[in-house]
Amino acid sequence: MSPFSALLRKDLRVELRTLRSLPAMALFAVSAFVIFRFGLDREQLDGELAAGVLVPTLLFAALLAINRLFVAEREEGGFDLIRLAPIDRPVLFAAKASALVIYLVVLELIAVPIFALFFLDSASGLLPFALILLLANIGLAATGTVISTIATMSSARDLLAPLILLPLLIPLVIAAAGAGEHLLAAGGPDYGRFGTWLALLGLYDLVFLLVGYATFDYLLED
Amino acid sequence: MMERTAAVESRPASGSSQPAIELRRLRRDFGERTALGGISARLEPGESLAVLGPNGSGKSTLLRILAGLLRPSGGEISVLGCALPKEAHRLRGRVGYLGHAPLLYRDLSPRENLGLAAALHRLDPAASDSRIEMLLDAVGMSARGDDRVAELSAGMKQRIDICRAVLHEPDLLLLDEPDAHLDSEARVLVEPLVGPGNGRTRVVVSHDRESATAGAEVVLELR
Amino acid sequence: MANALRSITLRRLAVATVLVLGAGFALAFFYAPEDADQGFIQKIFYLHVPLATAALLGWIVAAIWAIQHLRTGDPKYDARSYVSIHISVIFGLAVLLTGAIWAKGSWGVWWEWKEPTLVSFLIVFLLYATYYPLRYAIEDRERQARYSSVFAITAGAFVPLNFLAVRLAEPLIHPRTFSSTGGLPDSMLFAFVVCLAGMALLWTTLVWFELDAKSASGNLSKIRRALEATA
Repeated sequence: MSPFSALLRKDLRVELRTLRSLPAMALFAVSAFVIFRFGLDREQLDGELAAGVLVPTLLFAALLAINRLFVAEREEGGFDLIRLAPIDRPVLFAAKASALVIYLVVLELIAVPIFALFFLDSASGLLPFALILLLANIGLAATGTVISTIATMSSARDLLAPLILLPLLIPLVIAAAGAGEHLLAAGGPDYGRFGTWLALLGLYDLVFLLVGYATFDYLLED
Repeated sequence: MMERTAAVESRPASGSSQPAIELRRLRRDFGERTALGGISARLEPGESLAVLGPNGSGKSTLLRILAGLLRPSGGEISVLGCALPKEAHRLRGRVGYLGHAPLLYRDLSPRENLGLAAALHRLDPAASDSRIEMLLDAVGMSARGDDRVAELSAGMKQRIDICRAVLHEPDLLLLDEPDAHLDSEARVLVEPLVGPGNGRTRVVVSHDRESATAGAEVVLELR
Repeated sequence: MANALRSITLRRLAVATVLVLGAGFALAFFYAPEDADQGFIQKIFYLHVPLATAALLGWIVAAIWAIQHLRTGDPKYDARSYVSIHISVIFGLAVLLTGAIWAKGSWGVWWEWKEPTLVSFLIVFLLYATYYPLRYAIEDRERQARYSSVFAITAGAFVPLNFLAVRLAEPLIHPRTFSSTGGLPDSMLFAFVVCLAGMALLWTTLVWFELDAKSASGNLSKIRRALEATA
């Protein structure tokens, strides 16, 4: 088994056994939907309101997972095990980011259908929207892993990660909400600027996967 | 500013072979505080180095530097022919490190932890599986090999951690209090794995002066 | 000797800054014509946009210093990166303030979401503002410097992406914008360029000045420590 697979498997195994992140994320999302129902005083959402509720909710739920990304390493006494091994540090970046993408996909598989149940008239825009979400997940995972690593080694770790991440993730929100506004429109999905948003997401993913990969060595030193 | 000096007693160096460890005026600062000041020592392959000293004298810091986990602030250090910190990456996988706290994920079982360590060291899966079983058996933990580490006692965790440290058959053992939490029975069990002899090159940090100096050719005393 | 030379250069730089910036403002007020639509308040443009440009370039420069710091481990690059970000954040604050004044003067509102540059700037400013809590949350100096460099690189990569994203967020109908320099008559363009040069000089002077002050205080504490050691 490659070090990457071993690390990814370890994370998934620990999550399955402890269920630290996933249930909390799902519950948070559903509660947030209910809060929005009352906050906006709406029982039906479409277009920009639908996107405006769904995307930020998923984002905030993702922050929960990002905060807990390195809990096991912290308990285990740091990154010594990985640093002693003859592997490249970016392998850890790849493994953690992949785990995060998987958590986010699972979250969305639960939360998005519930959202549709609560608020949407038609679910026809959801499949293309899933593609948008997948690309957004990758970008979230890349930036989230880097910032989570930084925050883990600091004293204000629970506060610092969301603080730094929120501005950093705004382009993802712009793209996902922008696409969602059209895909979840009342009269059925409209593919108006679909390509533009896909391109923006793809660019963001590329840039931050590169940044994460290139700087991870320096994050794990000492 | 207090200088952390060391007293070294050792056999005269043999000179011909390359030493396993060579330290010249090794220094490590943490901000304004000097944890290690001007340590010099030399260890030949197959020998044991005992590091003694009171709490806070920098023993664990020294061990972490030798493992490549911590960067020295000054001096010349060579471990297994790798100059630290520049060539620290060449040292990876060649050292067996036993730290203060076990490097085990508490939600995984001993077998899973050791399997992970084997994969991280890129060991052949079939060979490492049998080695893991052999090691667990040697320390008497075969029966509990599938329980979560969190459910094990400190002594059991220590035994598993020792297995982890020697799993990849390292060229150098760095042991921080290897006998911690172990009763006399357990100590006998782990002796063949981490004890002196068998051509093993070791650095042992200990509070127990007698047992540490017993098997050691070189003694380093930190103040 | 090197320090004495540096302060001569610093003094010359400061003088050049005052001259160029002064000339720029004079041109802006007296030479450039008043804008037909917005009137006198438009002249804030000569302050607002050069400040913004200097701040943005400053953040990119900080990212480059950060890369150098990671590659060489030399703390002087970390100092340069830190000060660059610091001065740019101060400039950024000025950008937001002048932007608000301009919006109030032109359209009667203190904030305009349809101004993509202003909005992008707000987001970038919010990001770099987290640089300080980040630094203070990490005690170990070496690690603090390294992590700050990673942050500076991440944020530097973020700046162009963010500007692109915000621009794309605006609907295709023509947004209210007052930051574009396209289609400016020559006299305005000339005044603008001089102001831009002046701001760049101001930024450089401030960064150099703060770096100098930092290294002086660093030397002072080193001397103090050495004296205490021998005492």
